[in-house]
Amino acid sequence: MGNTLIEKIIMRNIGADKVAPGQIVTVNVDRVMIHDIFIPFVAEKFKEMGFTKIWDPDKVVLIYDHLVPASAVEDIRHFKIGDAFVKEYGLTHVHRNDGICHQLMPEMGYAQPGNIVFGTDSHTITYGGVGCFSSGIGYTEMAAILGTGEMWIRVPETIKIVVNGELPANVTSKDVILRLIGDLRADGATYKALEFHGSAFENMSVASRLTISNMSVEAGAKAAIFAPDTKTAEFSGVPLEDIDWIYGDEDANYCRVMEYDASDFEPVVACPSQVDSIKSVAEVAGTKLDQVFIGSCTNGRLEDLAIAAKILEGKKVADFVKLIVTPASRQIYRDAIKAGYMKTLVEAGAIVTQPGCGLCCGRAGGILSDGERVLATNNRNFLGRMGTNKVEIYLGSPASAAASAITGEITVPEL
Amino acid sequence: MGMTIGEKIIARAAGVSEVKAGDIHTVTLDRLMSNDGTTHLTIDMYNNQLKNPKIADKDKIVFIMDHNVPAENPKTAQAHKKMRDFAKENDIVLYEGKGVCHQIMVEDFVCPGELIFGADSHTCTYGALGAFGTGVGCTDLLYAMVTGNSWVLVPETIRFNLTGKLPEGVYPRDLILTIIGDIGANGANYKIMEFAGEGAHNLSINDRLVLCNLAVEAGAKTGIVEPDEKVVEYVEAHGRKAENLFVSDEDAVFEKVYNYDLSQIKPVVARPDFVDDVIPLEELEPVKIDQAFLGSCNNGRIDELRIAAKLLKGKKVCEDVRFIVAPASNAVYLQALEEGIIDILMEAGAMVMNANCSVCWGSCQGVIGENEVLISTGTRNFKGRAGHPSSKVYLGSAETVTRAAITGYIQA
Amino acid sequence: MEKFTGKVWVLGDDIDTDIIIPTEYLAMPTVEDMKPYGFSPLRPELAAQMKEGDIIVAGKNFGCGSSREQAPEIIKALKVSCVIAKSYARIFFRNSINNGLLLIENDQIQDAVKEGDELTVTLGEKIEHNGVEYPIHSLPDNLMDIINAGGLVKAMQKRNNVK
Repeated sequence: MGNTLIEKIIMRNIGADKVAPGQIVTVNVDRVMIHDIFIPFVAEKFKEMGFTKIWDPDKVVLIYDHLVPASAVEDIRHFKIGDAFVKEYGLTHVHRNDGICHQLMPEMGYAQPGNIVFGTDSHTITYGGVGCFSSGIGYTEMAAILGTGEMWIRVPETIKIVVNGELPANVTSKDVILRLIGDLRADGATYKALEFHGSAFENMSVASRLTISNMSVEAGAKAAIFAPDTKTAEFSGVPLEDIDWIYGDEDANYCRVMEYDASDFEPVVACPSQVDSIKSVAEVAGTKLDQVFIGSCTNGRLEDLAIAAKILEGKKVADFVKLIVTPASRQIYRDAIKAGYMKTLVEAGAIVTQPGCGLCCGRAGGILSDGERVLATNNRNFLGRMGTNKVEIYLGSPASAAASAITGEITVPEL
Repeated sequence: MGMTIGEKIIARAAGVSEVKAGDIHTVTLDRLMSNDGTTHLTIDMYNNQLKNPKIADKDKIVFIMDHNVPAENPKTAQAHKKMRDFAKENDIVLYEGKGVCHQIMVEDFVCPGELIFGADSHTCTYGALGAFGTGVGCTDLLYAMVTGNSWVLVPETIRFNLTGKLPEGVYPRDLILTIIGDIGANGANYKIMEFAGEGAHNLSINDRLVLCNLAVEAGAKTGIVEPDEKVVEYVEAHGRKAENLFVSDEDAVFEKVYNYDLSQIKPVVARPDFVDDVIPLEELEPVKIDQAFLGSCNNGRIDELRIAAKLLKGKKVCEDVRFIVAPASNAVYLQALEEGIIDILMEAGAMVMNANCSVCWGSCQGVIGENEVLISTGTRNFKGRAGHPSSKVYLGSAETVTRAAITGYIQA
Repeated sequence: MEKFTGKVWVLGDDIDTDIIIPTEYLAMPTVEDMKPYGFSPLRPELAAQMKEGDIIVAGKNFGCGSSREQAPEIIKALKVSCVIAKSYARIFFRNSINNGLLLIENDQIQDAVKEGDELTVTLGEKIEHNGVEYPIHSLPDNLMDIINAGGLVKAMQKRNNVK
């Protein structure tokens, strides 16, 4: 009997020949990520636990992104506590305004294929896009890891998802993961790992895979991992032969296998206010919008801005509708300048903000009010996530978002 | 008897041949501007306190969202929605997220000789194009919206005769801060500050906007630079006609006349918490900063972004400084993008914001914390203006601000 | 076996962390400051109405969404004695254990219980409601170790010989 991908990562990490779902093991953590919202709590718990030094400061990354730029006086307290923590414990990997943590972790090479990474944010799962077992935890556990370098986990069952064939031109990886969440339901992958197989995933860019891993947590998944390939090796700057052991065996034990034909996918949206309330864009087309948001750790990458720019080139955002674009990182922002996307987007009437979590974390960047409706490319449409509980949030792809910004209503993108 | 520029503009708006300081006149306004700082309040009054209200001339009204864009909480989002809905219903032009109101007005609307009310104190900026712009409260604005008229008390004019040119590394911002330091925060209370002379004509439109914008910080009702060919060029390049270029008559009456030789101006800073607490930069003990801000209706135009990019090229923003840059408008942003400035700023570690009031408004982005120090190109350094009541704001030129962002200190 | 009785508040499926505590309030200095905003997007009045020893009964996937540990902390600060749900999201589950918030899994009681009813819980054994008993399971040993230590902080303090 073979092993699933996540089993292989765990086995190598703990030096075991075999692990089985349900088994509780203690892993050595390769990297951790802490962001600005939770650093005060991590620092407090760490001291309270009686630790005096961090097990390995080189393995710790601190990223300010939720509160950047500060929109309230109290936000500054988080930066001050973070800066003091950096000084006291000798952290060197610190990003104070370079973009969203989940973009920076793979982009800067902190999260590498085969690593086990934990972060104080549920979307830490994103790094599965580069073949990483990464998962979100709370700040108390993070404090314990900082002291010990270890973490207990229950080896998860794995759901194998197979998509073969070619996706239609107007379908992006966002549409794929939304459909999968709709089929799995919001709790369908709870405590489980997802593993992605098939030519549709193989043909995807690393960025597209990051989008899929990122949103898998919305089905409850603990991890969502792609086997690395040449694209991953190039993206992460590691030789392919160092990471080619990371894949799920044909004869591994999967708790469920879901198979799809790529040509069956279509542009979809998650309707208010459940991530698993999936409808085709065609079905809800014509729904009036007040705002469109392109950004977040789900869909704020260069290819997302590229597709938006392509659709918006020479067009204008509809009157009385605002389009907010928030690139996921400083590097992406700069690459988008070079590619001419920023010019196209601003000329079309988009409000381009500085990189960061922006609207997605509901603290700034385009909050809405009672009775307003938004189509957004981020990962959650929970009640009250972007303002009051009378705001309707639809989640969709950057292509659907851009097409809808032009018409002012939910629109099927044409590409 | 002769008239000053401001008097001539009021006479035109009042439809009379002559006015003099101290007269009260009913005037027809050429244009009204209202931003998201107060428009929702104006709309509330319009809806709740007037009987069957009607807009006198919708084409004269401009609504601009710039203070809290994009919205940072449901309350501002609601104010925005009210503004948007009202604009939609009454067919009023609405700018949302396109830039700071005064920059938009100058780029797209203001013409020489016009009398413009704006529900924002820095409406005095428009004097750079030889217009009379002045800030009013929302009640005054509402009256003007529904009648097309208002009353004005003709102010006295203080004349500033400018000679020479500013030395290298000294900017109009240093000049206007120096003037405010000299005459005090109430030195031109209810007066017109009129800038003229060859020194004034040497200044670019960008420079003149800086000058007029801060006139209100000396208490002035408006600031006006004697319009010339540069104004005609600017206005025409922006697709409008420059018809009423008023200059003061030889025998016009000025309340006071000041003479400034621009070649003698030095870099200065205004210390917390008063705009008129101005000292030469070289006399300031170095001050450690937490944040630097380049932007605002005073100093967020292409000239200032060029200064920042020149200084930052190949350098990095100091590790423990947050350097926030907010272009004054999308036109400014696109120009800066074209010149490679935005990329230089991003590479250096600055945070480039969408075009809006940003840190200068101090409520939605780049708020500063307890005991923090900010050096800013914004308009004001009042106590708590940028965040926590214990925080401190220094005002300086784009060069002073950028240097502080690099070194971490305000210093000569 | 420990036994306790409490008044029930009924919530639905997929009660997410943003409902338990919206991001807007996360930068407040303490959980006590945030407490009044617990569950506010769904039921703004709820936090003020909850009393010590009350019990939350919810549907599936309770605590889905973000990793914010304030979610279990706030429920704990509201002095709720336990949450009974059909299932829990994984990060929330870990966070609750680490903070000593008692979570009980049961997928039948939701059909029977109404808001305001009283329930009696006997740990590791059963829930009683209107004379009907619903069996419940105890947690795995490694989790009971953390709970018995009084949460993860206390467990680490013991490891580090903190008095």
